[in-house]
Amino acid sequence: MAKTTDAFALNEWLVIGRLEDATHDKPRVTRLLGQDIRAERTADGAIGVWETDLAGNKGRALPVQERYGHIFVTLGDTPRDLLEMPEFEEEGRRLVTIGYVRVKTSPLRVVENFLDLGHFPYVHTNYLGAEPQTEVANYKAEIREDVDEVWATDCSFFQQKAAKSATDGQQSEYEYRVTSPFITVLYKTCPIKPGAWDLVGLFVQPLDEDLCEAHSFVLPFDEENTDVELRHFQQTIFLQDRPILENQLPALLPLTPGTEMPARADATSMTYRRWLKKKNITFGVQKDAASTNSRAA
Amino acid sequence: MIKLYDYPASGNCYKIRLFLNILGVAYETVPVDFYPGLEHRNADFKAINPLGQLPVLDDDGFVIRDAQAILAYLASKYDAAGTWFDRDDPVALGKTMMWLAFADQITATSSAARLHDVLGFDLDVDAARKGAHAAFRILDDHLIEQEFVGEYWLAGDRASIADIACFPYVALAPDGGINLGNYHGIRRWLARIKRMPDFVEMPGIFLEFDEPMAAE
Ligand SMILES: N[C@@H](CCC(=O)N[C@@H](CS)C(=O)NCC(=O)O)C(=O)O
Ligand SMILES: [Fe+2]
Repeated sequence: MAKTTDAFALNEWLVIGRLEDATHDKPRVTRLLGQDIRAERTADGAIGVWETDLAGNKGRALPVQERYGHIFVTLGDTPRDLLEMPEFEEEGRRLVTIGYVRVKTSPLRVVENFLDLGHFPYVHTNYLGAEPQTEVANYKAEIREDVDEVWATDCSFFQQKAAKSATDGQQSEYEYRVTSPFITVLYKTCPIKPGAWDLVGLFVQPLDEDLCEAHSFVLPFDEENTDVELRHFQQTIFLQDRPILENQLPALLPLTPGTEMPARADATSMTYRRWLKKKNITFGVQKDAASTNSRAA
Repeated sequence: MIKLYDYPASGNCYKIRLFLNILGVAYETVPVDFYPGLEHRNADFKAINPLGQLPVLDDDGFVIRDAQAILAYLASKYDAAGTWFDRDDPVALGKTMMWLAFADQITATSSAARLHDVLGFDLDVDAARKGAHAAFRILDDHLIEQEFVGEYWLAGDRASIADIACFPYVALAPDGGINLGNYHGIRRWLARIKRMPDFVEMPGIFLEFDEPMAAE
């Protein structure tokens, strides 16, 4: 597809890879919101990102931020600020980037799935949940107007293996924070440091409306496990989600009320969808309930 | 203790984990940063396997690469009953070797399509999918012929290491955009494997019993 005209999506800071994914001799050649782009490390050591044409020729240079272990760019002229994560300054935490998983579905579906506690026992069996403990206790989901973010708080779930560092099952407390249609982070009970929260972040790169790459990171208190072990734990979780996501129909997220009510009232998902609707976002959203009932283009 | 150089999302590593679990043999894993680190291509790993591939197994200092070779080694050493790899009957041995070799055909096609679709590897995905379908046609025909003669496994009337070797990248084919819907023999065979005692899952291969079963 061609570059989107969705003004909201164009003015987001969006991930396009990890810092080490764009080097001198190996650029990252990819796509963002339907626009082909190319990222490379330039002679002065900074990362440059350009729009490219069909032949791969560089066009317009894009604004770039190197933050949180990742490369962010925007295609718009008046971008909303990228989220602030003060936890990155906290002593004792460690950043481990996970890489990406490509998923053939709307980027919005990937964010929505990340917010859903209900699928843990079925999809992440013996990691993030297990039957028969399938009950999602009441929690609070809200749009925080002052910061323009979606939050879910007071979430709690019993988990067999909540993190790589977990040696026993635990009742995990969760908070979710959605700062952009394509960016969300969760805070969950750290298995080894009483009172502390581990961070898991999801940056979704929207390639096309129904194709995305889910980049993620963890920022835990964990001195026990190697980076590779933390990576593998997180990749396992994401690869369990992927087939489920690709089978959700329609691929584009329906925002018209009544089109797809989750069986179990999922407050965070509903709040996220309400927030998207308020923003008039159209990228990754089902256009017309009547015309797009299947994945066939 | 046995050490397995392992990547959790690799179907070739998974077949070794599956077989070790079936045999009840304890092991530890050495996690290799296959993605995104591409650790299997670096010099340290190539000192362990010059081919730069996973899996590799280290059994008390004996280092062996290639998933099919590892399955044959483990069966010969740890399967006391000798049911998983029949080396006494030349015909059974021949059939098992034939389908063990076929596993590489499946890796070269179905696994490649999956690496492209899931991890964005730069390769010709159309060719990979086409090759996978060609391999699956052959496999499906064989499995259906087997059912006609009352044998439900690749190399005979009981499960062998050939079934373990071919299973992962057939089961994972949908990850690479390859639909298994029309391969009825394959789908019944996948369901039989998932019902084996001591079956274990990997991400993308779920224990589900909704596939149609052949009368057994
Ligand atoms: N014949 C080998 C093939 C193994 C193989 O292709 N392994 C993949 C991981 S599943 C790998 O390491 N690929 C890297 C490469 O071939 O460069 C076997 O069955 O062990
Ligand atoms: Fe999930």
